[in-house]
Amino acid sequence: MTILGLPILSFVIFFPMAGVLLLLFVDRERAELAKWVALVASGITFLISLPLFYGFDEAATGFQFVERAAWIPAWGAEYQLGLDGISLFLVLLTTLLTFLSILGSWTSVQEHVREFLICLLLLEVGMTGVFVALDMFLFFVFWEVMLFPMYFLIGVWGSDRRLYAAIKFVVYTMSASALMLVAILVTYYLHYRASGRLSFSLLDWYTLQVGLPAQYWLFAAFALAFAVKVPMWPFHTWLPDAHVEAPTAGSVILAGVLLKMGTYGFLRFAMPLFPQATEAAIPFLIGLSVIGILYGALVCMVQPDMKKLVAYSSVSHLGFVMLGLFALNLQGVQGSVLQMLNHGVSTGGLFFLVGMIYERRHTKAIAEFGGLIRVMPIYAAFMLIFVLSSIGLPSLNGFVGEYLILLGAYQVSPIAAILSASAVIVAAVYLLWMYQRVFFGVISNAKNLTLRDLPLREVAVLVPLVVLILWGGIYPKTFLGKTEASVAGFLKRVRIERQTAQAAQPAPEAALARATESPASPSVESR
Amino acid sequence: MANYLWLIPALPLLGFVVNGLLGRRLGHAAVSLLGPGVVGLSLVLSALAFIDMVNAPELRLSQSLFTWIEAGSFSVPVAFTVDRLSGLYILIVTGVGFLIHVYSVGYMHAEEGYHRFFAYLNLFIFFMLLLVLADSFLLLFVGWEGVGLCSYLLIGFSFERDAAAKAAKKAFVVNRIGDFGFIVATLMLFSVFGTLQIDAVLAQAPARLTAGGTLVTALTLLLFLGATGKSAQIPLYVWLPDAMEGPTPVSALIHAATMVTAGLYMVARLSALFVLAPATLTVIAVVGAATAFFAATIGLAQNDIKRVLAYSTVSQLGYMFLAMGVGAFSAGIFHVMTHAFFKALLFLGSGSVILALHHEQDMQKMGGLAKRLPITTFTFIIGTLALTGFPLLFAGFFSKDEILWQAFASPAGHPGLWAVGALTALLTAFYMFRAVGLTFFGASRVDPHHARHIRESPWTMTVPLLLLAVLSIGGGWIGIPHLLGGPAGLPNVFEHYFDGFFARLPAEAAQHAASTELLLMAVSTVGALFMMWVAFRLFSRDLAPAARLRERFAGAHRLLAAKYWIDELYEATVVQPIRWTSDRVLWRIVDAGIIDGIVNGVGYAARFLGGALRLTQSGVIENYAVGIAIGAVAILWYLVF
Repeated sequence: MTILGLPILSFVIFFPMAGVLLLLFVDRERAELAKWVALVASGITFLISLPLFYGFDEAATGFQFVERAAWIPAWGAEYQLGLDGISLFLVLLTTLLTFLSILGSWTSVQEHVREFLICLLLLEVGMTGVFVALDMFLFFVFWEVMLFPMYFLIGVWGSDRRLYAAIKFVVYTMSASALMLVAILVTYYLHYRASGRLSFSLLDWYTLQVGLPAQYWLFAAFALAFAVKVPMWPFHTWLPDAHVEAPTAGSVILAGVLLKMGTYGFLRFAMPLFPQATEAAIPFLIGLSVIGILYGALVCMVQPDMKKLVAYSSVSHLGFVMLGLFALNLQGVQGSVLQMLNHGVSTGGLFFLVGMIYERRHTKAIAEFGGLIRVMPIYAAFMLIFVLSSIGLPSLNGFVGEYLILLGAYQVSPIAAILSASAVIVAAVYLLWMYQRVFFGVISNAKNLTLRDLPLREVAVLVPLVVLILWGGIYPKTFLGKTEASVAGFLKRVRIERQTAQAAQPAPEAALARATESPASPSVESR
Repeated sequence: MANYLWLIPALPLLGFVVNGLLGRRLGHAAVSLLGPGVVGLSLVLSALAFIDMVNAPELRLSQSLFTWIEAGSFSVPVAFTVDRLSGLYILIVTGVGFLIHVYSVGYMHAEEGYHRFFAYLNLFIFFMLLLVLADSFLLLFVGWEGVGLCSYLLIGFSFERDAAAKAAKKAFVVNRIGDFGFIVATLMLFSVFGTLQIDAVLAQAPARLTAGGTLVTALTLLLFLGATGKSAQIPLYVWLPDAMEGPTPVSALIHAATMVTAGLYMVARLSALFVLAPATLTVIAVVGAATAFFAATIGLAQNDIKRVLAYSTVSQLGYMFLAMGVGAFSAGIFHVMTHAFFKALLFLGSGSVILALHHEQDMQKMGGLAKRLPITTFTFIIGTLALTGFPLLFAGFFSKDEILWQAFASPAGHPGLWAVGALTALLTAFYMFRAVGLTFFGASRVDPHHARHIRESPWTMTVPLLLLAVLSIGGGWIGIPHLLGGPAGLPNVFEHYFDGFFARLPAEAAQHAASTELLLMAVSTVGALFMMWVAFRLFSRDLAPAARLRERFAGAHRLLAAKYWIDELYEATVVQPIRWTSDRVLWRIVDAGIIDGIVNGVGYAARFLGGALRLTQSGVIENYAVGIAIGAVAILWYLVF
């Protein structure tokens, strides 16, 4: 599929650059014009990403809209892009949230507006690229491209402790990506040794059978890098700091898209490349996921700051995504893929909402509020919808993903599923308690008496997300249908490679494990 | 042929959407028409569906709309079923619901957020209908959680009152504890049956599950945990009494027609599953009986008229679970129906009193209202007679008597269960007539400021009261016991209605002589009559003797008035420890102390090293990254090769 003669994926990735170039010529003083330029650029990017949705072939298992061009032949690095059901919605989420973030930051960012917008658009380039790159070298380039705008977003436009948070974010992520770089290079070398060909192509790597001790180490390196990004417990402490300090747009993108890069990395790289190590890590990672789910939820309950509360809730929700991934069956993984989208929508929305009240009152402390329904009924209604979505109320989007994850997890580890299910209780406690303290009661703080309800612009930011919340809750088939083939392909890859590798090395334990495992896991339905 | 079923829930949903989004602009009159109107239409369609169902070959109708969730072998359609149980339920929900809507037009007319109120009421009816009509566990769960949400919205309707806000959250959270049980049960069900379609599960249950086995016992206990949340049983009953913080029509809706009957509906619908787990049935019977008794004792010492009714609901729900626990599903559902009539009547009646007294709910500040509120008084007394099981004429007598008899005579029954039930009936008679006496008779203790303005409620409120009064009397006659109906030539319509619908206990009932049944009935009835008389005498005239009595049993009275301090107990043993651990241990020690301590420690160490190395390094962050990378490559190289 092409647009204006250009292949569509490249168009989607690089169109924001057109906005960046234009912005460079916009006079620094003309903030209003800069905003319009960025809004139009991101709006067009979103519109041209929509054909990906309509043109996507549900039945195909492989990558679609593939683009391939030579890049650095000497190293075997190619410009190779492609989209499957797993990345499809992440790309759409990225283009939508970037557009909404620019609309949402219309009045909240006052200084260096032009540079702020350039950062957002550059970030979009990096994020979209990460999700569609099929060449590991290209992937790593996009991965790094994305880091720096985020660093600046937090460090320049953040609140009081922004430098601490920004440096913590960068050091964490840089160490993670350094580790990943090493793992990429080693895998690159192993592939060369096995095939005699230099290639960074992921599809080539998928055919590679990495030997056993090496697989463990490489998986560990990838897993650690991605676990920081998710973030999994106990690598999560950068997240609350980053979120609390980041400007609204930064928080929305961070929660909505950046965190998904961790889970996406597991799904795309760590697990299919190293299936046996994945198998070995299942108990460990399921354990960490469950801890994250419960721990995040419990810590949420006692947060005095709205933004921090939402940030910790991400730890819990992303724990669910990880749990589903490592259930390694169709329900679990499909639930996870869906939940990545859902979390982007619901938590993205919650961060928008927290940002809106922060812009008015310059505080996010729950204790500062109370009785807001009286003055901001529209705001209260929106908040309720997002809160309920985050709680996982059936008929809204959050429930479908969470339930599929639990269903998948139960088949692997009933205890893990039951423990995680208990988080639904805690989620209701922390979110409704927050809602009660902010919106119910009589207005006790005089500063809240004159708060303005949401104008049309802010409503426009939230409505598309509400539509997605309802759509995902009532007719999730749209999303599940498009992801199923890809997820089945992923499972086949992880499972088949695991089995052939085991067959190649008939260790008695492995044979025994397989024998005991096969009747108990009827869970992979490859159609 | 039943392709109109979807309209039954869709109409109230439409009402919610229109009232919610446009209500402010529609104006008072349009909202008053639309809110009750959609439920009225839904009632008409429910009646139609009921008639069609009765004439359908297999006594069931169904309609499938679309696939909701699908992932591999897991598939959940949005499909509705009307059979004898759901057919009856939709009539109760829309019928009583409609009357409550009409009543609300009068009761809420001066309230702020009028359209919002009707939007929530409509949504409540929608979710309840979804729950009842659902043909799969997961769709049922949508309704299940949905009514929880609506109770949250409606209890917290007067959001500026702190108590209302707290009660709303408490209702939702406590319900969620039950929902947790339900969710886990569905996970188990899917892993055993590979489907969540209710009929398919029930059909395969005897083959796939060992009767009395651990699996089915665990499964049914989890489901029952869900039921204790929704239907307010020990240990999760605590939300229901607080739920009366909502406007009175809401209490009527929650207590009578909708939410609390959901747990009973679920247990009855799954009777085929529950009869496979005798241990669970015993638990249900004991919990039901205990709740019935326990709540009734609390009811003795409450002064808030709605609180008395609230505890009576908890107590009556206990009766219904007692019935289910002894395998008398039909009797339990019979009581659900009669209770829906008279409890709606009582709550709406109390609302009429409260409105007349400008939102006074304390019975100590009432008295002598019979003359001023004749219709309210008359209907309230009918409701009371129905609830207390006044013999022969009233709905509650037949259904309650049936339950007591089953508790005694069923193969799973026990004389002890009967005794607790009968004792509860005496307590019920006492606290209800205490309420009637305090409210409507004796000298007026009304605030003189309001006393002059007391007048009977408008027709929108009194007509529903009268209709419910008729149902409270007539509703019982369709379930008249053989013992009494037989000689008069009256069949027990209700029992035949459910012929072969519910699963039966494996054991055969022992034969009991008719004289036993008559004797037991006489004992509980005469006892109840006596208690009515005592209570009415004590509380309808001079209150001094009652006060002396209270003095003499001051300790017991305090215990009851404080509701055994159960809320405080939960707070101290569950809520506070969890909060404390989360705050002090997890957040401040583990998160901020240990994890971040390590992170920052590494940071400082790195900075220290960096300072030393700065002589040779540029300090650019990429260089560090390269350094780390090279080091890590070396290590990996060493390990891999």
